[in-house]
Amino acid sequence: MSGPSLMDSLFQRTLEDLIKGLRQQLIGEQAFISKALEEIRKEIKSTDLSTKSTALLKLCYLSNLHFHDMSFAAFHALEVLSSPRFPHKKIAYHAISLSFHDSTPVLLLITNHLRKDLTSTNEFEVSLSLQCLSRIANVDLARDLTPEVFTLLSSNKLYVRKRAVAVVLRVFEKYPDSVRVCFKRLVENLENYDPQILSAVVGVFSELACKDPRSYLPLAPEFYKILVDSKSNWISIKVLKIFAKLAPLEPRLANRVVEPICDLMRKTGAKSLLFECVRTVVTSFSEYESAVRLAVEKIREFLVDEDPNLKYLGLHALSIVASKHLWVVSENKEVVIKSLSDPDPNIKIESLRLVMAMVSEHNVAEISKVLVNYALKSDPLFCNEILGSILSTCSRNVYEIIVDFDWYVSLLGEMSRIPHCQMGEEIENQFIDIGLRVKDVRPELVRVARDLLIDPALLGNSFLHRVLSAAAWVSGEYVEFSRNPLEFMEALLQPRTSLLPPSIMAIYIQSAFKVLVFCLHTCFVRGGSTAGVPASASYESFDDLSVENGADSTVAHGQTCTSAPITNESIVNLLKLVELALSPLLGSHDVEVQERARNLLGFVDLIKLEALNSSGQEENDSERKGVEATKIIRLVHDAFSKELGPVSLTAQGKVPVPDGLTLNENLGDLETICGDIELPSSNTFSFGYPSEEKDVSSFSNLQIKEDSGQSNESTSLLAEHRKRHGLYYLPSGKSEVISNDYPPANDPALQGDNNDNASDLVKLTAESLVPKRKPNHSKPRPVVVKLDEVDEKPVAVKQLESRDDSLSGAVRDILFGSEDILPTSSRSNLPNSNRKGKKKQHMITQVESKENVVDDGNSSSRRRKDHSHGKERRHRKKNAEERNETDRKEKESSSNHPRRHKSRQRAEEPLKVPPQTSVIPDFLL
Amino acid sequence: MGIRFILMVNKQGQTRLAQYYEWLTLEERRALEGEIVRKCLARNEQQCSFVEHRNYKIVYRRYASLFFLVGVDNDENELAILEFIHLLVETMDRHFGNVCELDIMFHLEKAHFMLEEMVMNGSIVETSKANILSPIQLMDKAS
Repeated sequence: MSGPSLMDSLFQRTLEDLIKGLRQQLIGEQAFISKALEEIRKEIKSTDLSTKSTALLKLCYLSNLHFHDMSFAAFHALEVLSSPRFPHKKIAYHAISLSFHDSTPVLLLITNHLRKDLTSTNEFEVSLSLQCLSRIANVDLARDLTPEVFTLLSSNKLYVRKRAVAVVLRVFEKYPDSVRVCFKRLVENLENYDPQILSAVVGVFSELACKDPRSYLPLAPEFYKILVDSKSNWISIKVLKIFAKLAPLEPRLANRVVEPICDLMRKTGAKSLLFECVRTVVTSFSEYESAVRLAVEKIREFLVDEDPNLKYLGLHALSIVASKHLWVVSENKEVVIKSLSDPDPNIKIESLRLVMAMVSEHNVAEISKVLVNYALKSDPLFCNEILGSILSTCSRNVYEIIVDFDWYVSLLGEMSRIPHCQMGEEIENQFIDIGLRVKDVRPELVRVARDLLIDPALLGNSFLHRVLSAAAWVSGEYVEFSRNPLEFMEALLQPRTSLLPPSIMAIYIQSAFKVLVFCLHTCFVRGGSTAGVPASASYESFDDLSVENGADSTVAHGQTCTSAPITNESIVNLLKLVELALSPLLGSHDVEVQERARNLLGFVDLIKLEALNSSGQEENDSERKGVEATKIIRLVHDAFSKELGPVSLTAQGKVPVPDGLTLNENLGDLETICGDIELPSSNTFSFGYPSEEKDVSSFSNLQIKEDSGQSNESTSLLAEHRKRHGLYYLPSGKSEVISNDYPPANDPALQGDNNDNASDLVKLTAESLVPKRKPNHSKPRPVVVKLDEVDEKPVAVKQLESRDDSLSGAVRDILFGSEDILPTSSRSNLPNSNRKGKKKQHMITQVESKENVVDDGNSSSRRRKDHSHGKERRHRKKNAEERNETDRKEKESSSNHPRRHKSRQRAEEPLKVPPQTSVIPDFLL
Repeated sequence: MGIRFILMVNKQGQTRLAQYYEWLTLEERRALEGEIVRKCLARNEQQCSFVEHRNYKIVYRRYASLFFLVGVDNDENELAILEFIHLLVETMDRHFGNVCELDIMFHLEKAHFMLEEMVMNGSIVETSKANILSPIQLMDKAS
């Protein structure tokens, strides 16, 4: 309540006391700080400025290091600022630059304080206020203080002048119209030979040039001079940055500058400058062969250096080159690949990026193989980094670089078995995506899905659940390509599926439903008329399979015709298995699981009668019932065999809204009803797609093949599992394959062929990196379904602040005059666009992207807008100094601007522009 | 804006100095410093001094128990920033005489002032030790 007494002021704790106390406190840091804050709040209200400023200083300390809010002291800081004593001022400025921001309410009150200090004779006061302005300037401050900054730009005190130069950047940014006032003086400072000033002004221009390089092309001669003459590495680096931006815009400039840069590269001893030269050459001068070669030489020196910093930067530079000169990367591939096993994760990631940059259609298989081997050996973090980049590279542009999808699908399977793999979601998406898009790969996809589903060990890994859900979906959707659907049923209903989360469990059950229907359909509907099925038709649908599998599958075909694996007996067992596995799920707490289980069991009940009957005696009565059941099977089968196609994201928008349907009706009531029901986080992608095309015919006559030919790993796994959980399996006549122990998710024996030392890998990749290698697949790339609207890379939305535009517009006005460096043909469009309403122009200006800056109509309209804008403001201020400046410009302005006359007529008070060359300077030519 | 922020953090991850060249709320600052400290302090001597974080880079260097971390834009020259850090440490060394964590703690305002002499608006304006220190010495004498 009451202010602090004199005693309080006398015995005030200083900042040092506070820090000491904080280090020795016994009551806990937080408690101590809140006590101190309480004191500060009291002290800061004191009328004694010393007490106040000490309190403020303590508050700054707590805010800076202990994250305590100090916005409450904003006004007190202003009070301290008004003190005549320099130490108080210093503290106040410190506090203000730490805590003020655009929405600080008292910001408006500071203008006069700043103005007073900016015009002070004490250079340190001026410096403090400039420093502060560079931190807190907003539009109003920048506008109101522009005249003061303008004056200081030519101050004869270097200490003040360099700060004025540095602050200009912020002022321009906030209030672009100030460019008209200050720009010329800023440019004059470019010719200053004092390194302090030069460093500041070059810094400002390098920031400005980043935003809109084209506007600064006319200043190229000045920059060139600095580049050649500069003794300071700091300045050289900044100038190089400017040229990196300017050179691509003007080939003549690039021609001129490339030699000095190479000279600098050869001569300099400073690594930072050397690296900047290298970076400039590889980003902006990549078409100059000799320069690039020199840069690459330097990059190599970096790459083999002991210092991890240089190595990292070398790799980084390589990745910049990679986009234009891939040969450079190939030349250095040994180092790149060795870096994959560097102790520094950042270096590893950088080299991984490089390796991925080398991937092409021809070597994707080999590189992926090497990387997957690396992934097996690396720590989880990097392993997933590798897998992620393989996945994203391969799926780029709708699997652009993949020719052999069979290989890719099995690679996906392999990747999901890597122990650290956490990319389940991405793999899941790609499985389904490929299934939908690439018809020809489906048989292989089903095989991979089978291998994943059948392995009971995988169910224990929660990262794999997403992959398994995709595998389950694939097995249900494309079951007709399976060699043994019964195996799928067993896999989908195996006891360990209880480890799955409910959302994925639901997919398993739905897939089991599909597989079951398929089995029943083959057994009853088609099985009844086995003889009637034309042999040729069945072969046709399996054509791609038999091509792939060669001779041994034709043998299998011979068998399928004679002995269908699905007999009535096995169906009966299958139905029993379903009942056994699903009846516990009827009481599941998850709605999805429960409902699907019920569906499936209900269906089984319907069918069971017939299945039992047809296996037993045949009576007329049950015969009729059987026909009914067959009808049901056929109906359900038809429903399931409608193919799902990929659907464009925007497809929904194309559906016309039917008459009388109100979509915007308020459903607020619903919320109160369903508010407490948590939506299941299921990913039921398989049910979300509307069916697109009817393709029933190809499904109806499929042959199931005996899987006698198979004797791979997973079969033995299954056999082992069957032995343990025989109860859940169908009795089989085949002799059981004896195999080893319960297998781990990732059998180390499988990775036996991993090369362990890096040199072998280098060799291996070296082979794979040779681009001439022809892919060794005989068949052409399968068709990949694409959706035009969605699969095209989304055009990056260009967002540009209108402020930036107006800034570069203003700069361009100063440098180019009202005439642009536009080709004459485009200039003829000007009058048309000018006639557009002002409002419209305004809109265009805001939407416009930087690329369009060269575009004539819009940019000229923007300029005009700026003119009028600036004019108004100037009118308001009537600052004598500015007027002088304008007059001077007027005098200097040359008369060879054909359009200036017009603009003068349109505007009452035409903006006069300095002559400053409207064409490219002579030295460039 | 080349430099976005400069942090000094001790081995225990406590901030000893924080200078931001763009406005961040306290909560944003706390989160940012937490993330950066976790990321950088875990690295060892054999690893490089550059860390990519969000959409910018952190260039850091360790001197005794103190980490100097500078957040910069992606196209900033990393090696130049390392030199800048070194210059900063040398400057402080010259002023405090073998600078240590405590010097910065107890003279936080002075350290800020030194930084302000060197960096303005995110770009480096002064690289001469004498120029940086002369106003500070003058003020010391005056007070």
